[in-house]
Amino acid sequence: MDIRADHFSLFGLNPGFRLDLSDLDSRYRDIQAQVHPDRFANAGDAERRLSMQWATHANEAYQTLKKPLERAKYMLHLAGHDIQAESNTAMPADFLMEQMEWREAVMEARNGGDHHELEHLHNRLRGDIIARYEELGALFDQGDHALATDRVRRLMFLEKLLYEIDDALASLEE
Amino acid sequence: MALFQIAEPGESAAPHEHKLAIGIDLGTTNSLVATVRSGISICLSDEQGRPLLPSVVLYHADNSTEVGYGAQTRQAIDPRNTIVSVKRFMGRGLKDISHVESMPYDFIEAPGMVKVKTIAGIKSPVEVSAEILKSLKLRAETALGGELVGAVITVPAYFDDAQRQATKDAARLAGLNVLRLLNEPTAAAIAYGLDNGAEGVYAVYDLGGGTFDISILKLTKGVFEVMSTGGDSALGGDDFDHRIFCWVIEQAKLQPLSPEDGRLLMMRCREAKEFLTNNPEAPLTARLSTSEMVDLKLDVATFAGITQTLISKTLQPVKKALRDAGLRAEDIKGVVMVGGATRMPQVQKAVGDFFRQEPLTNLDPDKVVALGAATQANLLVGNKTGKDDWLLLDVIPLSLGLEMMGGLTEKVIPRNSTIPTARAQEFTTFKDGQTAMAIHVVQGERELVSDCRSLARFELRGIPPMVAGAARIRVTFQVDADGLLSVAAREQTTGVESSVTVKPSYGLSDDEIAGMLKDSMEHAKDDAMNRALKEAQVEAQRMIEATEAALKEDPHLLNEAETTKIVATIDKLRETIAGENRRLINIAMDDLGFETQAFAHRRMDQSIKKVLSGRKVDDIKMGEEA
Repeated sequence: MDIRADHFSLFGLNPGFRLDLSDLDSRYRDIQAQVHPDRFANAGDAERRLSMQWATHANEAYQTLKKPLERAKYMLHLAGHDIQAESNTAMPADFLMEQMEWREAVMEARNGGDHHELEHLHNRLRGDIIARYEELGALFDQGDHALATDRVRRLMFLEKLLYEIDDALASLEE
Repeated sequence: MALFQIAEPGESAAPHEHKLAIGIDLGTTNSLVATVRSGISICLSDEQGRPLLPSVVLYHADNSTEVGYGAQTRQAIDPRNTIVSVKRFMGRGLKDISHVESMPYDFIEAPGMVKVKTIAGIKSPVEVSAEILKSLKLRAETALGGELVGAVITVPAYFDDAQRQATKDAARLAGLNVLRLLNEPTAAAIAYGLDNGAEGVYAVYDLGGGTFDISILKLTKGVFEVMSTGGDSALGGDDFDHRIFCWVIEQAKLQPLSPEDGRLLMMRCREAKEFLTNNPEAPLTARLSTSEMVDLKLDVATFAGITQTLISKTLQPVKKALRDAGLRAEDIKGVVMVGGATRMPQVQKAVGDFFRQEPLTNLDPDKVVALGAATQANLLVGNKTGKDDWLLLDVIPLSLGLEMMGGLTEKVIPRNSTIPTARAQEFTTFKDGQTAMAIHVVQGERELVSDCRSLARFELRGIPPMVAGAARIRVTFQVDADGLLSVAAREQTTGVESSVTVKPSYGLSDDEIAGMLKDSMEHAKDDAMNRALKEAQVEAQRMIEATEAALKEDPHLLNEAETTKIVATIDKLRETIAGENRRLINIAMDDLGFETQAFAHRRMDQSIKKVLSGRKVDDIKMGEEA
């Protein structure tokens, strides 16, 4: 096993967007059970160093594959589509419009201390995001990386918005 | 379930293979040492049968020290030279320490960490803590009758890098081989989880003498996975004493107190607090040196009233930790209470109300951390049977970042990242011909650098002159399994590579440690050189044992020539151990490290492949069943 191998092969998985997360969890734990520094606490320097590198690598790979957005970005990266380089491209006007409306709604609910409305926005957005990941899965299946890149960029906006809603909810609870 | 069973007495490793390992809970108020004996984790007591060692160090003029109960009884007589709650000063500057005004010490501000002037000279918190650790080490060696292979030292989960590094330095200074720094709530979770065969998501609420931690852990089939952690490294039972203290001053209308009276009154306040755990009302009397008499009664309701804000202060991190884990209070299967301060009824009630369940208090809140640490130490040195095995996945409590233009923090590693972890970030020069770049590493959640803790500053020099924005400087953060950080920076565009690895600035250099060792050794009429030689010999011996074990386990991974070479290098190292030259031992260790590098790679490779191939078989089986 080469430490430079891709994250999917580290866990013995076929590359793909659709992932059984509980299967990933248990593969991750099995790998850590072998490479974690606690297994080498009493070993020589060389093995201790290697163990730290591998355990670090396994953590990074797991965190990347676990979150759907990170996983999608990583797959696009493997396929040679760089999200970062393309993120300067303007988004379509209607998408941006929609985003502004969302943001206004969140801000209004936040300022008005409307817990119920925020919960509602959270649930609606979450539903939307789940549907979009479904779509993304199909695009990856078809190998349509160009369209997948566009969808990932939209999801980056939506995930950020969801984070802001959660943040608003948390600040109301305090 | 077998994974959770602690080995039965008969199943533990054969006596001659049993390595002596200990777990130490280095607490603010009390410290403990524990070990695993015949498969059971036990706390080791002193000659009088007392498991606790008060974390109090008294310095005498001749530089000798007294640690524990003896020192504790002297604290009101010689408060300036009797250091209590030193844990609060670890890795802290004077401005970070609360209630300085009511402390009797002669503080000296020193870069990175405060020091205390005593009759025996200026002492750093690291040295004071080392005295406590030495005392526990001696207790363990006496009880176990042999040399210790290593120790797991616990730290509050919310300790930052400075506080962790200081703790590790103290352990080194005490002559302990630190197997791992282990987070206190995680240690408690091990003790609790293994004892109870627990599965599911648990919260550990750990309110100690001076620190508060909350950790949310997922326990699944022998894996303890910390999902999030939070806390306050300057909040604990001491603060409850201090609230009572302030209340007494107000009630009795006392003038500013002498250090002796202050300490005496603080002791009475602590006693009153403890008394209130099982009684509705506590008497609070003290005769001061001014012949003033304090004679008050403190009832439970008043006590709860004056400490209410402290308790709400613990619930904020609890909410944050739950949110970080993406959970709600009702998702928590059980709340484990740890730390002496959780005995206070108002704490138990507040926690119970918050989680809407009775908190778990069936383990002794004073001992549970040490017991868990001993269990982990036993695992780390390899005293295990096939049965008792588990894996710990812990996190860093605070985000790590760099200072950017305008005094803003750029987070590089977010809080609650599973360790070990590493992250690299690229930066560039902003001026034409710029040949150096200042790098400032900080820890904390706030946006402004000035609100975060400064960990290290260093400069990357020798960047070849280029136009602004052309250089590519890659800064790599690595956090190891102890939660300790190292940072390296490198310019990448040119063939010339400059790189530097820093230890955070407050960390003691090896020379400083050697200096301190020498100082303490002079008193003991010993020789620091001997000590260093001894350490090298022990380290070399450990390396030989590890290599030989690996050779025995995986001889097939080496060809004959390689095996011969390694064996010869081991022999050479063994020869140097017999000699008295530390430098030769170090060279021989480096040689063995070099010769075994490829072997280490192959072994790691083999174990990963084993996991993967085992997996594939599982998958096929599952496929057939489906």
